[in-house]
Amino acid sequence: MSSSKRSTIIVEHLRKQQMLEAISQGKRLDGRDLGEMRPFEIELNVIKKADGSARVKLGNSEVVAGIKVETGEPFEGLEDKGALIVSAEVLPTASPYVEPGPPDEETIELARVVDRGIRESEMLDLTKLVLVPGKIVYVIFVDCSIINADGNLFDATSYAAVSALLSSQIPIFEIQGGNVINTGNRQEPPATTIPVSITSIRIGDAVLIDPTAEEEACMDARITITTNSIGNFAAVQKGSTGAFTVEQIKKAADTARIKGEDIRVKLEEVTKKTG
Amino acid sequence: MTQTKNLIDEEGKRTDGRTIDDLREIKITVGVIRNADGSAFIEFGRNKIIAAVYGPREVHPKHMALPDRCVLKCRYHMSPFSTDTRKNPAPSRREVEISKVMRESLEPALILEDYPRATIDVFVEVLQADGGSRCAGIVAASVALADAGINMRDIVSACAAGKVDDRIVLDVNDTEDKEGSADMPVAYMPHLDQVTLLQLDGILTRDQFNESLDKAIMGCKKVYEIQKQALMQKYFGNETELKEEQ
Repeated sequence: MSSSKRSTIIVEHLRKQQMLEAISQGKRLDGRDLGEMRPFEIELNVIKKADGSARVKLGNSEVVAGIKVETGEPFEGLEDKGALIVSAEVLPTASPYVEPGPPDEETIELARVVDRGIRESEMLDLTKLVLVPGKIVYVIFVDCSIINADGNLFDATSYAAVSALLSSQIPIFEIQGGNVINTGNRQEPPATTIPVSITSIRIGDAVLIDPTAEEEACMDARITITTNSIGNFAAVQKGSTGAFTVEQIKKAADTARIKGEDIRVKLEEVTKKTG
Repeated sequence: MTQTKNLIDEEGKRTDGRTIDDLREIKITVGVIRNADGSAFIEFGRNKIIAAVYGPREVHPKHMALPDRCVLKCRYHMSPFSTDTRKNPAPSRREVEISKVMRESLEPALILEDYPRATIDVFVEVLQADGGSRCAGIVAASVALADAGINMRDIVSACAAGKVDDRIVLDVNDTEDKEGSADMPVAYMPHLDQVTLLQLDGILTRDQFNESLDKAIMGCKKVYEIQKQALMQKYFGNETELKEEQ
């Protein structure tokens, strides 16, 4: 059952006061402006055993995503489409507050929001991943491991998942004599667009993007907005226990389009180089 | 979500006969569960949902208690018979997520500081699901919380907007949710003018996004009136009807 007890870090009172003071002057404790992302690095194909992989660093948050492709049955109601399964795990390596075990509600939300961005933007043309309609389809697993957690896991995980998918070379399966055969050849996945999420949080009256863990511990409300390559919205998730005004949401939506484009250019640049 | 058939006809009527700005029929009954501290039953289109509130009461286990405020707990659950194909009764990942966003949509309205070291449990059971069950659940839960006498800043109202046949419509139903191209559930506190839940599945342009958000909020304001009326009906009964007649 969902409970309002917070599992995030506790920020000391004085530190919080410092943070609020800085924010009221349009600055943050790490020196960034409210609308500035942390340094962002991508390294591709870090896991040779995977069909595609990426290691993303967003500030001190670090995520490894790996793609594995198998064949299997399609989802109910989606018989003419390949199956896409996104999972996320915050590893016990990620922070002193994580305990091993089944995913908690925050981790389930994380995986579902990353999944929603990829699925709803129709990043992959899943209709091209069908072998026998209604019976056998490609099953694409996107597994994300958070190895160090310092805030904004939504965006860091999403960038890792998307860049791993974009740079992947998935096996080509064929049906021969009623059996599924791995031909040993590989293909690029049928990508149509690049979804990019931008997470904004509200602390008091200020709205800032790409929060650190410390900032998240002090936030009132959070919103993650995913755009596609032509700047349309594909997915939104509001989170945390506070509210937003309509104006704040509309502004965050515009920020998501502008900042999302910067990230998209970078994702495209990096994945093309290796692709 | 790719759309296959026409969901709005030439006269602007939707599959269930509504126009693009109509809500489905909503009926809320307050105080339907004897044992609960507060409860509500909502029929929102073909949704049938019960919300029950227990608390403020002691926290179990005790170490979960917070010294400065109340712990709010929320469970959204679908009965196995509520959907077309039987739903496994074990909580799915979807239900875990909805429980979380539902709790976070209710919490801004509650003055939890008034009940330190205590807990409030909100149970939302979907007996029959139509589209928009999370919104209907929030609407019922909010009324049940008020019925339980919990101190509140506002009532949380909820309604979805969506895109069907490339038009922005209010309150998407089951068919439109499955076959339409976008769904945006919104929860909103009308008195404080604040949004407490916002999700989106599907593609919207910038203009459609803004239109959809504004339309959903318009719907929330209408639902709010029905929530108020339901509470008035329980606590003042015929008095309210008399006033209207006068």
